[in-house]
Amino acid sequence: MTASEVYETASPEATEALGEALSKGFKSGDVIALIGELGAGKTCFVRGAAKGIGAVSRVKSPSFTLVNIYEGGKFALYHLDLYRLSNADEFYNAGLEEYVYARGVCVIEWADKVPALLKDCGVVIRFTHSGEKERVITVERRDE
Amino acid sequence: MLILGIETSCDDTAAGVVEDGALVRSSVVLSQDGIHSKYGGIVPELASRQHIEAIAPVVEEALAKASVTLDCVDGISVTEGPGLVGSLLVGMSFAKAISFAKGIPLTAVNHIEAHSVAAFLTEPGLAVKPPKFPFVSLVVSGGHTTLFLVNDYTAHEVIGETLDDAAGEAFDKAAKLLGLGYPGGAMIDALAKNGNPAYVEFTRPYLAKDSLDFSFSGIKTAVLNRVRGFNGAISDDVLKDLSASFQEAIVDVLVTKAMRAVKKTGVSHLVAAGGVACNSRLRRKLTEEASAYGVSLCIPPPRFCSDNAAMVAGMGFYKMQKGVFAGLDLNANPNMPR
Repeated sequence: MTASEVYETASPEATEALGEALSKGFKSGDVIALIGELGAGKTCFVRGAAKGIGAVSRVKSPSFTLVNIYEGGKFALYHLDLYRLSNADEFYNAGLEEYVYARGVCVIEWADKVPALLKDCGVVIRFTHSGEKERVITVERRDE
Repeated sequence: MLILGIETSCDDTAAGVVEDGALVRSSVVLSQDGIHSKYGGIVPELASRQHIEAIAPVVEEALAKASVTLDCVDGISVTEGPGLVGSLLVGMSFAKAISFAKGIPLTAVNHIEAHSVAAFLTEPGLAVKPPKFPFVSLVVSGGHTTLFLVNDYTAHEVIGETLDDAAGEAFDKAAKLLGLGYPGGAMIDALAKNGNPAYVEFTRPYLAKDSLDFSFSGIKTAVLNRVRGFNGAISDDVLKDLSASFQEAIVDVLVTKAMRAVKKTGVSHLVAAGGVACNSRLRRKLTEEASAYGVSLCIPPPRFCSDNAAMVAGMGFYKMQKGVFAGLDLNANPNMPR
């Protein structure tokens, strides 16, 4: 069973604020998938989440670095971005699964590039464009 | 003094031999660009497995091209970060193994700082006017956009950096949105040559603020909104104009911030390095602005701007000169400041 919540944001700042608010419910061991097109607000959301858990590091896009680690908060936040992956094998070859099962919270942009990964994601957040700045953000929580 | 440099922080496996921190005896880069373009999109070579397969032959080729053996090498320099830990560890383990087996001193360098030191690299037939300390360095690539105040070969102070996406990432993502191939930066550069840079006045992100930081995330959304307006039917001419307009916005910000850094710090030398410093429009505009302001500009040739190991060897030489060596307990540092 899954439960869904739908949010609407009118600006990148509002998306960031939503990330901050929802991060209050994160707990160590959570794996969260972020799915949506380029510019849909995934990194903005993570910036808010990092702020929410008190991480001190600056949140930047991990598209090229593949993973950024933000420390100094309640727990470590692993920010993965699978944008550059062409197939699931690359995910495992690059050793990225170690972050998924690490202590802390793992948020994964473009998690849908590795379908097998989705079953490990307790929360799936989908971002869609509804206007130039407006976004619809759907949060699906899988029952434990 | 001959230094062997080893670089595996990102997608490319690279090794090079450099004499006294400047004269490049060899620089070998195994780039996966061929593999990337096969997919017609941004596809990386991320498997550290590729580095494992490539590292020995790449190092051997670097030594052979320099006409030396390991017995002639006085030091080994390896990238310790930032980068993907699995990739970094391949180069680092290899460097440590050679250092231990042959008793060659080892040192480790920051990849981003090494980009700035590429300004001192030279080759037979290459006229280089190296910068004088202190200088401002703009390091701009797929993963990084950073302004340094460089007081010495080994003293780099971050004075500005991107708050979200790197400039090279913006180029690649815009290229993807425009339906162009890979590498996106080079495709946009080529198309922009025949396009109108004033076709769309893209917002210059973060330009009005008096800061030296960058933000390139919003311009991606601006490109996306433009592209959506065409409903999939973009003519070749419009594609050229959009490429030129997008490129102009990015270049405008990079050049303005670099010149602002020069004015704020009062230095008279400027360096631009990193993969995006291969962009022809950026090179030209920086040259014009630097010349107008009377500041001496050094942009390494493209082969030393994109990722390479000659810069790692060069930086390693200067660290060793300062007595900075690494032991076998050296570890990768994926989160090094960038």
